[in-house]
Amino acid sequence: MNVNIQFREDGDLLVGFIEGEIDTYTAPVLREELEVINLSEGLTIELDLSNVNYMDSTGLGVFVAFYKKVVKENAALKLVNLSGRLTRLFEITGLSELMEIEKGGATNASI
Amino acid sequence: MRAFDYIEIRVPAKPQYVSVIRLTVSGLASRVGFSYDEIEDLKIAVSEAVTNVVQHAYKDHEEGEIVIGNALYHDKIEVMVSDYGTSFDFQEVKSQIGPYQENENVALLREGGLGLYLMETLMDEVRVNNNEGGVTVFMTKYVTREQVNSNVQSITT
Repeated sequence: MNVNIQFREDGDLLVGFIEGEIDTYTAPVLREELEVINLSEGLTIELDLSNVNYMDSTGLGVFVAFYKKVVKENAALKLVNLSGRLTRLFEITGLSELMEIEKGGATNASI
Repeated sequence: MRAFDYIEIRVPAKPQYVSVIRLTVSGLASRVGFSYDEIEDLKIAVSEAVTNVVQHAYKDHEEGEIVIGNALYHDKIEVMVSDYGTSFDFQEVKSQIGPYQENENVALLREGGLGLYLMETLMDEVRVNNNEGGVTVFMTKYVTREQVNSNVQSITT
């Protein structure tokens, strides 16, 4: 079990595809990968979570920390392609009201 | 006959075993007859309890162990997560946790403290017992959907 992230850069848009499970064991890996992103004003970071098949509060903690850093640098963060499960996690914790999240298509709805 | 089956798992309090516990409990829950979503809820709640032990209970010494006791009934599962490390004050911790509010200042957002809140939200009952030896988290989840009758015979052709 692991987590892995791959980036694709397109001008002012940086897309990160995250894959795997995010828990207390893998969260530090993800945290480090996000920390090295060079944040600049006007940059939009889109994190695609369609292949995240498990996440708990340690994962939420990583995204909250990263979101704070992004806002501080006047960049933008968007989490996209969330499964129904992940969307629910963001909703019950109230994070969906604070961060920009986008539910995925029908193919991921049941994951 | 006893009303439940009891399965106990004992692992070192290390982060790499949290997923092992999660998968084991998920397997047990499917034997009880929980739905996919209920099992996913249970996986998160159990992971939160175990993660809590891994992160807090054994800060100073690494030799700690976690004991996970699972009681499987026909309509519910009881999961007990126990450590022998530092105790925490449930009421005090509880007063400091909870969901984020819409108008919170982004710079001041908490980066943790959601574990206990998630356990309480995703399980039907959560009790935390502080005793001299350590902390025990006791959680119950009931099967909500209609269960298939266990004595239904399959059709043979």
